[in-house]
Amino acid sequence: MTLTAPRPDSRIRDGRLDPEVIRRDFPILATESHGHPLVFLDSASTSQKPLAVIEAVDTYYREYNANVHRGIYEIGERSTAAYEAARSAVARFINAPDAHEVVFTRNATEAINLVAYAWGRKNINRGDAIVLTEMEHHANLVPWQLLAQERDGDLEFIPITDDGVLRQDVYDVLLRLKPKLVAFTHVSNTLGTINPVVEMTKMAHDAGALVLIDGAQAVPHVPVDVQAIGADFYAFSGHKMLGPTGSGALWARRELLEAMPPFMAGGDMIRDVHLRRSEWNDIPWKFEAGTPDIAAAIGLGVAADYLRELGMERVRDHEQELLTYALIELMREHPDLELYGRMDATIRCGVIPFNVPGVHPHDVAQVLDRSGVAVRAGHHCTMPLHERLELDATARASFNVYTTKADVDALVAGISEVKRIFG
Amino acid sequence: MDDLYRDYILEHYRRPHNFGVLEDANVSQEGANPLCGDRITLQLRVHDGVIDAVGFTGRGCAISQASASLLTDEIKGKGVDAAAAMKSTDVLDLLGIEISPARMKCAMLSLETLQGALEPTVAAAEGRA
Repeated sequence: MTLTAPRPDSRIRDGRLDPEVIRRDFPILATESHGHPLVFLDSASTSQKPLAVIEAVDTYYREYNANVHRGIYEIGERSTAAYEAARSAVARFINAPDAHEVVFTRNATEAINLVAYAWGRKNINRGDAIVLTEMEHHANLVPWQLLAQERDGDLEFIPITDDGVLRQDVYDVLLRLKPKLVAFTHVSNTLGTINPVVEMTKMAHDAGALVLIDGAQAVPHVPVDVQAIGADFYAFSGHKMLGPTGSGALWARRELLEAMPPFMAGGDMIRDVHLRRSEWNDIPWKFEAGTPDIAAAIGLGVAADYLRELGMERVRDHEQELLTYALIELMREHPDLELYGRMDATIRCGVIPFNVPGVHPHDVAQVLDRSGVAVRAGHHCTMPLHERLELDATARASFNVYTTKADVDALVAGISEVKRIFG
Repeated sequence: MDDLYRDYILEHYRRPHNFGVLEDANVSQEGANPLCGDRITLQLRVHDGVIDAVGFTGRGCAISQASASLLTDEIKGKGVDAAAAMKSTDVLDLLGIEISPARMKCAMLSLETLQGALEPTVAAAEGRA
């Protein structure tokens, strides 16, 4: 090991996260970019990975690489046990009542597509309404467009206020259409808005609709308890919550998963195969055709345990404090900066979309990059949201457990450099 | 930093040449990079196989705007065939800066729009239309 991992308890001091200590768990944060220390402010795209996750993947390939659910030999049994232990870790992380309700997928996108395909094609018929929102990531929009086209269903959208909060009054009206499904994001990937998922789920259930929540931007940043939320489907990516790319999961209630036909077909998802018919495996394996990304799943389990040890309440506190600091610093140092979303850290995660007046966000990101600051520029896979806000594109800074005030300071200084060049 | 945002690039961005609506254009083409939000409308006045006037409107990043400014300067007075034969390397030469792969689409938007604009004209000349 080239890095000395800090003592676990020192990551938490006086009940609060110490990001300076946590940073040392992330080898990439010790690297440089364009001759400057890397300031990674694009965690909403994908997070960095702690050494524990990197080593878990490495150990799997070095010591017990073997397919799961097949090998009657030592390392095959070990890989199967590790893969299923990872499923249990993920279930604990979201407080799922039963680990068999957790299906491993490549990412949130695949999890949502699974539901749109397997549940949607069976349950959505001509004229059935699906309620979505104007702030959805394309991953929770386009699969429903395809489904609605194929099944002749209707899509309805909960609008947002100008500062990026869902219009609950309009949602209430849309529910009178008796939709079959309401699908919405827990946390907006572009504005950071935290939606009132418990209330919205209850409203949907009262109207007779099932609820799918896109949790991709929530699981890394806020405590998620699927039982407390009460939703029917909860989809998320592993790679945004410190896990490897290629990892993600769908949680769904057992009876829903059992009633759904398979998504992909092939090996491992069957119990019995004849030439002209087959019987499906039990859940969750019914939905995991073919060799899965075993290493990524094992890494995701470790990431879930890492976050659980930090404590998601503490993670939330850290990011709320940092967001408040960042919004104040940005407004103070750059009063002309265009900031979007609600200026209220209590209902917002660490996501800051912005524009420097007169400068295209690509140029903003390019200048920031030269000082080692990585932000995203573009539409962040929310083109309808940008259209609603009448924006071509935005730059976006986003946080995670390892983000510090020094990172925010580097962003503030970088924006001064943007203005100097384009001033 | 100076290698990308050189003064002349920023100058073309702030005060692009040939920017504006060409009232008597007989060729008009729109181009966009929806992923970035760059848009351009390119207008040409073609007379006897020669581009004798050119204008463009739109918005985008410094690279896409500077490249449109430089390219429109370059094609003014050029024959349609010669303009249609221009390649991405010609645009990179005009820009004179190193363009990273991530910014290539920004740099090439005006050229792709030009090629789209001239395609019917060239096809007609070759008897393909």
